[in-house]
Amino acid sequence: MRYDFDFAVLLDYWPDFLAGAWVTLQLTFLATVFGMAIGTLCAIGARGKRRWLARAIGIYVEIIRNTPFLIQIFFLYFGLASAGLRLPVFTAAVIAMVFNVAAYCSEIIRAGMDTVHPGQIEAAQSLGMSTPTIYWDVILRPAIERVYPALTGQFVLMMLSSSVASQISTEELTAVANNVQSFTFRSLETFLAIAPMYLALAALLKLSFWGIGLFAFPRRRRLGTAL
Amino acid sequence: MDIVFNWSYFGYLLYGAMWTLVLSACAFVLGGAAGFLVMLARTAQSRLIRQIALVYVEIIQGTPLLVLLFIAYFGLGVFGIEVPPLVAAAISLMINASAFLGEIWKGCVEAVPRTQREAAECLALTRWQAFVDVILPQAARIATPPTVGFMVQMLKNTSLASVVGFVELTRAAQVINNSTIQPFLVFGIAGTMYFVLCYPLTAWSRSLERTLNVGRR
Repeated sequence: MRYDFDFAVLLDYWPDFLAGAWVTLQLTFLATVFGMAIGTLCAIGARGKRRWLARAIGIYVEIIRNTPFLIQIFFLYFGLASAGLRLPVFTAAVIAMVFNVAAYCSEIIRAGMDTVHPGQIEAAQSLGMSTPTIYWDVILRPAIERVYPALTGQFVLMMLSSSVASQISTEELTAVANNVQSFTFRSLETFLAIAPMYLALAALLKLSFWGIGLFAFPRRRRLGTAL
Repeated sequence: MDIVFNWSYFGYLLYGAMWTLVLSACAFVLGGAAGFLVMLARTAQSRLIRQIALVYVEIIQGTPLLVLLFIAYFGLGVFGIEVPPLVAAAISLMINASAFLGEIWKGCVEAVPRTQREAAECLALTRWQAFVDVILPQAARIATPPTVGFMVQMLKNTSLASVVGFVELTRAAQVINNSTIQPFLVFGIAGTMYFVLCYPLTAWSRSLERTLNVGRR
């Protein structure tokens, strides 16, 4: 059977798509910043001397990594609502994404920290560096530089999974597409149209991570070699 | 009258979990077969085929699974047939898995030392013989831990099939929550079930990784 594609009707809705893409970007930005911060702290805690803290972080990471994001977001959003705390959907989506991505980040960063040779830390200690300096300059920065490609990939995946937030009706790109297809009855065209938008967002995200990498790791910029 | 969670609801969740497993198995078999083709294309001799495969992988890895799922669901509906949600979900999961598995396996094939291929060439094996008899068995060993790791990812991804109305674990939990309104309990139990299904795979992947590293040291 023949099907006549009609993408023209979607043109009227471009401001909605743009607004949706903007919300997706905001979700991604907030989740990246907070996820990275919490992930780093978790990675430090997981390697620290306090056994109970390391165990607690381990349990948190395993729970997040072994359950679907959709269940996490439902648990958080509907759960808190039933307990009387009605979060705005945007906030709920950000919190769920931060919790989710922080767990993956902490695993990645921990793997990076494990590659730092103990001799380097001992050398830094014998030079009389303070613990925060050692953590920042000797452990974290080289560790993050090493796992930077993996982190980039993880954040791109997180941006893509922000589409799941449409299920609690956060007005991001996929939710907008859902609305548009219910007005136009052009479901296939609508979703075919947002796929390249996500591709563009993914490319934008990779590009910004590359740019941040140039800025954050001057050693690589100057020497042009991998660590 | 308040409806509260009881054992019959628990049975319904188990029924959903069964369909989650069925869908995961379908996705893994179909996605594995398609992923194998992607891997072959990614390591092909022809530059053109390699590049086409790369574009395919980039497009699929840059599109949310949810959007793929909607495209499969509405796209098949265009042909005028009523698409069972299971078919749409299986197809979209297959496409998604083919790109990721293809890329993982391509890395594993390339991780086999070059000298192995050169030795096979010296023994006058054809390219295909060298691939099947020399490269593949070694690559399969390297590929096992990340493949098992990706199975966890696929199992979790099946939760998205709930969106097109396929009754698997997440959908079952949603249906129950709509009548009992005990989200912490219902989604907590559903989450625990996912954890019970996924954690053994995670642990297995980790132990495989450890044995493999010992073997190569």
